[in-house]
Amino acid sequence: MPIFYENKQLVTPGDLLAEGDYSADSNTYKEGNKIYASRLGLVYYEEKRVSVVALNAFYIPLTSDLVIGKIAEVNLHGWTVDINAPYSALLQASDVLNKFKPQRDDLSRIFDVGDLILAKIMTYDRTRDPILTVREPGLGKINRGQIVKITPTKIPRVIGKKGSMINMLKKETGCKIVVGQNGLVLVDGGRPEDEGLAIVAIHKIEQEAHTSGLTDRVTEMIRKEREAKK
Amino acid sequence: MNQSTIKLIDENGIRKDGRKLDELRPIKITVGVLSNADGSAYIEQGKNKILAAVYGPREVHPRHLALPDRALLRCRYHMAPFSVEERKPPAPSRRELELSKVIREALEPTIFLEQYPRTSIDLFVEVLQADGGTRCAGAIVASLALADAGIPMRDLVVACASGKVDGQIVLDLNDIEDKEGEADVPVAFAPNLNTITLLQMDGLLTIEEFEKALNLAIEGCRRIHALQREALKSKYVAVKEEAEVE
Repeated sequence: MPIFYENKQLVTPGDLLAEGDYSADSNTYKEGNKIYASRLGLVYYEEKRVSVVALNAFYIPLTSDLVIGKIAEVNLHGWTVDINAPYSALLQASDVLNKFKPQRDDLSRIFDVGDLILAKIMTYDRTRDPILTVREPGLGKINRGQIVKITPTKIPRVIGKKGSMINMLKKETGCKIVVGQNGLVLVDGGRPEDEGLAIVAIHKIEQEAHTSGLTDRVTEMIRKEREAKK
Repeated sequence: MNQSTIKLIDENGIRKDGRKLDELRPIKITVGVLSNADGSAYIEQGKNKILAAVYGPREVHPRHLALPDRALLRCRYHMAPFSVEERKPPAPSRRELELSKVIREALEPTIFLEQYPRTSIDLFVEVLQADGGTRCAGAIVASLALADAGIPMRDLVVACASGKVDGQIVLDLNDIEDKEGEADVPVAFAPNLNTITLLQMDGLLTIEEFEKALNLAIEGCRRIHALQREALKSKYVAVKEEAEVE
């Protein structure tokens, strides 16, 4: 049962990663008993599982994911929302209003085109576009803060192991940070300098997602920037 | 395609541009050159200069073209008016439509289209300067642009032409060899899958000559594949080195 690369080595689509009794995890595929990479990224061998962490990818909706979306269209019975995915999402008016009557309620007064919303994906399968919900505490219209866009595969790195990275970012910058699984991150702090610092840090994480000891380096960077400003 | 009046290969077996019979033109590939596209790549192969850009997967417009069970791959091969010696009208010609189809079909089997139903992947191959073998070079960059866009693929696609010039089988024909030579065999190849995804022939070859030409073209593909992988990796290695310097 040979493996053909070392952990964290860079592989390109079509590279033969392993042969024999392995299971193909994300960004890999199996043919016969051979496992190949399907995206450009870093290969990880964990026990019997082979996976590739992609360097660049797009967001595919998943039920119960938290996403940040932009209202693209106000329809008669709901909204069309751009969630940075190949499919546009739907938010139904009945999800927001208890007794929705199209004759009476003006939907654009609740969410208008261009508004940003924080929502959860209620249902999604390959045959239909995803349907969103905002019926949970904390969800709904975003009124303040800044949005950072990063590639969705780097989202786990921004959160870190058991939230280590995101907690550090929140503590060091004093900002409220909400991570959408679709690659959009909301940074909301009292002062624009804090927000700017958090954004720089997030971009640094995206750029250097594949390197180790990143949490410490980002902490150091934030502290240095702070000192310089004083 | 009868007896050519110009001598394309001299008595030492050296071609007009100084190459040996089985030698490729110098190749330079860069990945991720355009910031507005989801993925992009650029190749210089001899005098060929070709740019490829990928958008998607995204919603299909017009909507009725969407396929219920897989993504729609659309490809546009286009030559810039200044890409050839005499100005080429910018409207797509019969030949460009054919090459669009041929490049699309060369790439289609390597992409996991069935994972993204009702979407489209739009591919643009723009020839800035042409010197023969643009369909092959176009397929090489198109495949790289797809990989750069993060679209899941079974394999990269490499392409290379071989042909018969002055009675000899040669690799990677340029414009004059293509026009004055006896035959041209473009091959697109998925090296890890060991599958041919495009095979065309223009001109006359015996069965033995054809086999020799095909094997030579595949050999050329394997050599280009190494360059292709390097190009794809180098975009990322630059970032890694930057991180280590700090």
